[in-house]
Amino acid sequence: MSEKHFKHKLYVKENKAVAFSPTTLEKINTIISHYPEGQQKSALIPVLHIAQEEMGGSLNVDIMEYVASLLSITPIEVFEVATFYSQFYLEPVGKYVIEVCQTGPCAICGGEDIMAYLEEKLEIKVGETTSDGLFSLKAVECLGACGSAPVMQVNTEFYEFLDLTKIDTILAELRSKKELKKPEEQTWKERLS
Amino acid sequence: MERKIVLEHIDVEGIQHLDVYRQHGGYLSLKKALKSMTPDEVVTEVKTAGLRGRGGAGFPTGMKWSFIDKKSGNPRYLICNADESEPGTFKDRYLMQHIPHRLIEGMICAAYALGANKAYIYVRGEFKAVIGILNTAIKEAYAAGLLGKNILGSGFDLDLHVHSGAGAYICGEETALIESLEGKRGNPRLKPPFPAIKGLYQCPTVVNNVETLANIGWIVNNGGEEYAKIGIGRSTGTKLISACGNINKPGVYEIELGLPVHEFIYSNDYCGGIKGGKELKAVVPGGSSVPILPKELILKTIEGVDRLMSYESLSEGGFISGSMLGSGGFIVFDEDACIVRNTYNFSRFYHHESCGQCSPCREGTSWMESVLHRIENGQGKTKDIDLLVSIASKIEGNTICPLGDAASWPVAAAIRHFRHEFEFHVNHPELIKNIKHGNLEKLDVKN
Ligand SMILES: Cc1cc2nc3c(=O)[nH]c(=O)nc-3n(C[C@H](O)[C@H](O)[C@H](O)COP(=O)(O)O)c2cc1C
Ligand code: SF4
Ligand code: FES
Repeated sequence: MSEKHFKHKLYVKENKAVAFSPTTLEKINTIISHYPEGQQKSALIPVLHIAQEEMGGSLNVDIMEYVASLLSITPIEVFEVATFYSQFYLEPVGKYVIEVCQTGPCAICGGEDIMAYLEEKLEIKVGETTSDGLFSLKAVECLGACGSAPVMQVNTEFYEFLDLTKIDTILAELRSKKELKKPEEQTWKERLS
Repeated sequence: MERKIVLEHIDVEGIQHLDVYRQHGGYLSLKKALKSMTPDEVVTEVKTAGLRGRGGAGFPTGMKWSFIDKKSGNPRYLICNADESEPGTFKDRYLMQHIPHRLIEGMICAAYALGANKAYIYVRGEFKAVIGILNTAIKEAYAAGLLGKNILGSGFDLDLHVHSGAGAYICGEETALIESLEGKRGNPRLKPPFPAIKGLYQCPTVVNNVETLANIGWIVNNGGEEYAKIGIGRSTGTKLISACGNINKPGVYEIELGLPVHEFIYSNDYCGGIKGGKELKAVVPGGSSVPILPKELILKTIEGVDRLMSYESLSEGGFISGSMLGSGGFIVFDEDACIVRNTYNFSRFYHHESCGQCSPCREGTSWMESVLHRIENGQGKTKDIDLLVSIASKIEGNTICPLGDAASWPVAAAIRHFRHEFEFHVNHPELIKNIKHGNLEKLDVKN
């Protein structure tokens, strides 16, 4: 195998001990119980979400092998899935992952300007992470919120009806770690006005 | 023509909660279905209602249910498809967020009709808030004896769980969804066998869209015949339309099928006209996969008849001059929108979302994206336009799942109706640099 192969992210094993807390393990067992006997593999995606959330925002080989052992499946079954779905990150990300929707309905409502503005303000290109480790910027496809375009997601939070001033506010709030009023808690009408 | 079925009582304060939902007639259908009807009678009512799948394909729901294999003795499953990732579509999120019990009520009746004792709601991973709302609602329903063992003393058991996806448009395709629910990559399966025979864990399974299932409670309560009176012709009932793009009032509207498209776009009850008083250029009426139509053809058919919001009227004229109702993702483009840039955008989307199993889709979507990128950036040649048409026609019909078709239709339709824009790009590379794709009326925050 060439050196290039060994450098692939799925070959980088740090051999660090990985373990969930008892509370998390209990949560995982509840999830497994939602599927029929012997179908514990069904819990893989939900468990990977939990793993990513609890292990610093991204997945690595050690974490994935641990997840495989929890579900009594082979590591390759976990790698296959982790590399398929766009919400799983196989490289370290910033504390806040900003995912800007780049699909048609958002694009015709100013989504491209939002992305350009974020690149300018964060001084990074799409796909990169700021040097302080605070922000990663990603382009994603339709987030299912096209009626409130342009839209972006920061970690699990949706931000809708964006304009450049809102971006300034959001970045400032995130920098000062204050909680924003969750857009999901507003009614559709409130958000439109 | 306001007519609310799935969104009835949506404005009531606290309707997300079981007690409020029940005060407004919620879960009455369960008593009727579970205690006074046989499962087959429920299926018959849904057939009589003429309800068609609201996920995009419009397949008659009652008929789909009647295909489920009841002979093998294998456990049966009901899955609600809440993957909602088709660009332009955001109706299911709205419904689940605001009135989650309507979906749960529909699922219990549906599971009873199918003889399924286990059901899942597969929600796209990005909808984390929705997952929380659904889990709360499900917990309430269990506590009230509406889920779990021996529901309302009827002897019928049902377990319902939410399952989260993780970002993959293809998992909206029902067999990819099943694979994903089994903890695998979302690679669609070759059909047949259809899920009704071999679905989840190789057992008989029905996959239905959120909105489809949200109609079931009403149909059980009021009867299929009453439902069939709403709407027009074979397009019975109401449809959620998620309207977006360059309009004054984007949002989710429940319309009675048969509403004139003109009224939907220009009336203040719906889209409220084109933003900024501009002219309408084109509409993609049923989610990004369906053909785009220019203003003349979306408002009237080629015969000059008013186009209506219905399965039949929107597809009148076939793909030569018509489109599809699809998922109800209604994307409106104003006179300044660049059709080439949007077609490139959609192509990039399909290339990104192709699962890569079949060569025509994997290679073809990549090829279309790069040719469109070339044209959009002023490096295209006239023959590239025909090349696109040729690639699109070679993908269509030659793939395992319909994503291949979904990727080729938008390209073929854009060239069919807006060939002049593609030619303009090829002939005036120096001018197109200045065309922007969507302008924010931006505040000058940089100074
Ligand atoms: C690429 C692709 C994506 C799809 N995405 C969705 C989706 O997000 N939601 C949905 O309900 N149906 C989606 N469908 C349609 C489903 O395969 C299936 O037909 C539908 O869930 C059946 O439910 P219905 O009969 O109630 O409409 C998609 C189909 C394809 C080919
Ligand atoms: S058509 Fe595309 S998405 Fe569908 S199975 Fe083939 S490669 Fe995968
Ligand atoms: S296109 Fe951006 S949310 Fe749908």
